[in-house]
Amino acid sequence: MKKQHSHGPFLKLKTKEALAGLGFALPSLAGFGLFFVVPFFLSLYYCFTEGIGDMRFVGLKNFQSLFQSSSFRLALKNTLRFTVLSLPLIFIVSLSFALILNTKMKGLPFFRSLFILPLVIPVASVILVWQIVFHDKGFLNTVLSFWGIPAIDWLNSENALAILIMLYIWKNCGYNMILLLAGLNNIPKEYYESARIDGAGSLLCFWKITLPYLAPSGFFVLVISIINAFKVFRESYQLAGNYPHQSIYMLQNFMNNNFHNLSLQRLSTAALLMLIIIGLLVSFLFRIEARMRRNLS
Amino acid sequence: MSIIIKRSLSQGIRKLFVYTVLVLAAILLLFPIITMLCNAMMESREVIEAYAFLGSGVKIEGNIGLKLIPDKVTLIQYYNVLFRKPTFLMMFWNSVIITVPIVVGQIVVSVLGAYAFAKLKFPLREPLFFTYIIVMLMPFQVTLVPNFIMLRQLKLLGSYAAVILPGIFSTFGVFLLRQFMVQIPDEYCEAAKMDGAGYFFTFFKIILPQCKGAVASLAILVFIDNWNIVEQPLIFLDNASKYPLSVFLSQINLSELGVAFACGVLFMLPALLVFLYGENYLVEGIQHSGLK
Repeated sequence: MKKQHSHGPFLKLKTKEALAGLGFALPSLAGFGLFFVVPFFLSLYYCFTEGIGDMRFVGLKNFQSLFQSSSFRLALKNTLRFTVLSLPLIFIVSLSFALILNTKMKGLPFFRSLFILPLVIPVASVILVWQIVFHDKGFLNTVLSFWGIPAIDWLNSENALAILIMLYIWKNCGYNMILLLAGLNNIPKEYYESARIDGAGSLLCFWKITLPYLAPSGFFVLVISIINAFKVFRESYQLAGNYPHQSIYMLQNFMNNNFHNLSLQRLSTAALLMLIIIGLLVSFLFRIEARMRRNLS
Repeated sequence: MSIIIKRSLSQGIRKLFVYTVLVLAAILLLFPIITMLCNAMMESREVIEAYAFLGSGVKIEGNIGLKLIPDKVTLIQYYNVLFRKPTFLMMFWNSVIITVPIVVGQIVVSVLGAYAFAKLKFPLREPLFFTYIIVMLMPFQVTLVPNFIMLRQLKLLGSYAAVILPGIFSTFGVFLLRQFMVQIPDEYCEAAKMDGAGYFFTFFKIILPQCKGAVASLAILVFIDNWNIVEQPLIFLDNASKYPLSVFLSQINLSELGVAFACGVLFMLPALLVFLYGENYLVEGIQHSGLK
């Protein structure tokens, strides 16, 4: 109590803490406000206006013209298709490896390290290898030709999407695996022991214990995977440059072109749309998770 | 056959299966890295011969499109990269002057911010933190537009600051460090307060020493992410001579295939070293990035 008085009667302890809190957070809040919040509202303004200099309010016209643009529709379609196709795949792959690495076999820590490795390897440093493998006359086609399979131009056909999904899994599987492994570790071992005593097999244990209790980490992995799916432009750009095959023309490709044209209205509109799409996707996932959690307890 | 033998037999088969899957996966995962390392040890002539199809589209008879074992092991490519091709070192330096300020800046800003969000009550704390998480979850396509608008206003476009500044204020750092800091028992801070310690003292003497691991985790994650930066330089920098290696490497000329492999190896080297020394921090950081 004595201390409180020594701080003077005007500054209560609570206000002092609030001031300190704001003070410590200030650099972060200032930068966040300057580069994210304030310009976000500016970009909202761009969404509904037209013209340079003297800007007029045009309502939803920008949204309309965005949807009329075939390149935007292609980019949106490709990005969503990529997400829908890659999400279950990467989830199954990461979960399988997490389950394997969660058992007590020899040498597993070594494999865990190996699986994390692609995470740290910059895509650019190995992209040459993928270009060699998937080239029209490259390694993969040569190997396939031994079995009499005709050459496929992997990067300049619909197959480019499959290659991109493979690169995405190669890169991101380790991250998901770590999250899932942490989730698996959090499941109390007693659950399995008592289930075994009741005569449950490993498959039943998996369905009734592992999956439900893994749900929180599982959902976060899905969220992260969606976010990473939107980042796959990195791989696409490095593999195929600014003008990839149309099956891997992603939203970021579309955005890049518009950055170069400085069409801020169109960019802002596209960004707002994506914010809405991702916001809906993520909140939908979290809602399911909350429901599952309630059912569990 | 007795049940016990049967069981151990089926267990053995299962083990064999698991190890086969693991080894196959490991080969697939390591394949690009090993290919880079092997090809970087070859002479230009050898590499160009092996991958002639990349340039001319013509494949030499009997060439399978991949060569791993050098005819003659040589380090000449590394020598070429380091001493005879100034572009590579320039681009490498570009990567460094983009990545290092972002890592250092984000750590300083985030450590301070995370302490406030984790341990100090101030108005609007929860809604602000929620906004941080939302922005953290947004892909580049969403956040780069506001960044761009502000950078244009500030006339920073084209300079390294355009890439570095928004990177420093990425909300991920605050989020991650807060996840670590909320685990530090409040009693520690309370006790310090009782002893008359101010907020700065508590921060430097109590919070920071317990967060060394967390800061290491953040540093590694931010480093890896920005060493691999692609989108921001492409949009915010106006001149290709300012591009970091992560953008430049994929545009390398095929006539320079010989050095390209060595460039790739040298570029991944810092990331590999960080991984070797900090794998546990990396894993811990990823685990804490899980929303709880």
